[in-house]
Amino acid sequence: MNFRKYLKIYKKFLHTSLASELEYKTNILVDLITAILSLIGSIFLLSIFFQNNGYIGGWKFEQALIIQAIYTILNGITNTWFNPNLTEIVKHIREGTLDFVLLKPIDSQFFISLKKINPSGFLEIMLGFFLLIFCIRVNQISLNLIFMTLSLITICCSICILYSLWFFISTTTIWFVKTWNAIEVLRSFLYIGRFPLNSFSFSLRIFFSIIIPIAFITTIPSEVFLGLSQLWKILLEVIVATIFLITSRKFWLFALKFYSSASS
Amino acid sequence: MVQNIIDVKNLSKSFDISYKEPGLKGTIKHFFRRQTKSLKVIKDISFEIKEGEIVGFLGANGAGKTTILKMLCGLIYPSEGSILVSGYLPFRRKENFLKNITLIMGQKQQLIWDLPPIESFYLNASIYDLDKFEAKKRIKKLSEMLEIDEELFIPVRKLSLGQRMKSELLAALIHEPNILFLDEPTLGLDINAQRNLRKFLQKYNKETNATICLTSHYMKDITSLCKRVICVHEGAISYDGKLNLLLKKLSPVKEILIVCRSEKDAITLENSGFTVKNKSKNEITIKIENNSITSSLKTILNNFDIEDLFINEPPIDEIIGKVLIKNDYDI
Repeated sequence: MNFRKYLKIYKKFLHTSLASELEYKTNILVDLITAILSLIGSIFLLSIFFQNNGYIGGWKFEQALIIQAIYTILNGITNTWFNPNLTEIVKHIREGTLDFVLLKPIDSQFFISLKKINPSGFLEIMLGFFLLIFCIRVNQISLNLIFMTLSLITICCSICILYSLWFFISTTTIWFVKTWNAIEVLRSFLYIGRFPLNSFSFSLRIFFSIIIPIAFITTIPSEVFLGLSQLWKILLEVIVATIFLITSRKFWLFALKFYSSASS
Repeated sequence: MVQNIIDVKNLSKSFDISYKEPGLKGTIKHFFRRQTKSLKVIKDISFEIKEGEIVGFLGANGAGKTTILKMLCGLIYPSEGSILVSGYLPFRRKENFLKNITLIMGQKQQLIWDLPPIESFYLNASIYDLDKFEAKKRIKKLSEMLEIDEELFIPVRKLSLGQRMKSELLAALIHEPNILFLDEPTLGLDINAQRNLRKFLQKYNKETNATICLTSHYMKDITSLCKRVICVHEGAISYDGKLNLLLKKLSPVKEILIVCRSEKDAITLENSGFTVKNKSKNEITIKIENNSITSSLKTILNNFDIEDLFINEPPIDEIIGKVLIKNDYDI
């Protein structure tokens, strides 16, 4: 893969996508207001849960806010990249416009995963980071190199897991044609990721760790921030993320052999 | 000697098609237990296309023309047989192969809807590894050939269908491909836009010696661009050869309406051995075989006092249409 060529193409993607979005100013404004209100609403909801009892699943409100911050960052990434691109896969396959993607001399997964961006998602990412910085101060977390490296690794792994799950579901469109519902279910599960894994029953914890690994997406990075995480958990997250990424890639290449294109 | 650029041998393609009975009962049955059947849409076809050729694929709706084009450009995996395009196996979609071809579909678009076409051109230029200077040069050259100028800077959603199609062509040709696959490129365009597009394709073929594979339901596209046609009927090739030979075969005679100066001349002409279709007063319609048309007309003009003369060619759409539906070449 020619890295410089792909970087150049990505710059063009950014440019055209931003230009497209900026054609509709009101839409961007509404998206920005929604992002702010959504974060305020989530924090308010979380505070209600902690009103009667100071702890949920062994987590204090200030600690649980870290999960909310990581969730907000991930949701921002979802809204910036995954939502505009990966939901388009279904449209590409249904309408046959995937033909144009497959006939371009670049990697088709790169093209359909990164062609568009939604700039309003950036605000959500920024809000998430502000909340995270606030949580670091409130929870008196000392920032050192190991801590920074581990948190970066776990957040990157979370992004990879989330992307792979979403991409995997979208790829099944090649056989099932419509998979909107499955993506909505995934998004609903992601909402659950705003709460500490320990606050769920044992069976649900197993479900959210093994079947749909939401736990890996938010709880493990949060534990790193609080110094609660064990090394094996971080290693496990790295392994899970790698397996998910490789599987989604192989699955995409396999699925393309069954692509029949839409009739003209 | 001109090289073969496309080589297809014993190509077949089957699809699993699901069937649904009508009504609520059928819908529920279809939801729980889907009945599928393997349908062979392309049946053991073989053909070769030479570099620089313009070949028209003719066939009724659902005959398999688009499926053939999509297999040729590597979008669909063949079930059986082999395809070689420019020395590559298309379905492997190697970078160098993809840089050599383009697919234009009249009913689908790749341009970014909310932005002017020029943005899509530069995006495609970076995908095809062209520097800004080269991209600018090619955009200028192609926009001149396509006669578009201001349209390059107007958002795609505000362009007319004809302007959009020209822009689609420019986006698809910016990498100067050697092989063009065109699937109904003139679909929905008005007569002038169709003519301009055909003019452009002829010019492009002449200047670059690009090979063009074209499907169209407009016979004018085929007759003005293609010397060779491949007729596809229910997934099999029913004719592969020169278009004029096909037309001669299908329509061996021409009807000629002759207006004589006097009724007497018309009567003499009626009795001079020509096959007469009808006659009224000084007008007479005769049938002449294509291969003797020049000599017959010479005889008529030399021996009779003719006021006017009309050669009626049977409409090509009608002739080809009959063939495509009935698959009968002996009409």
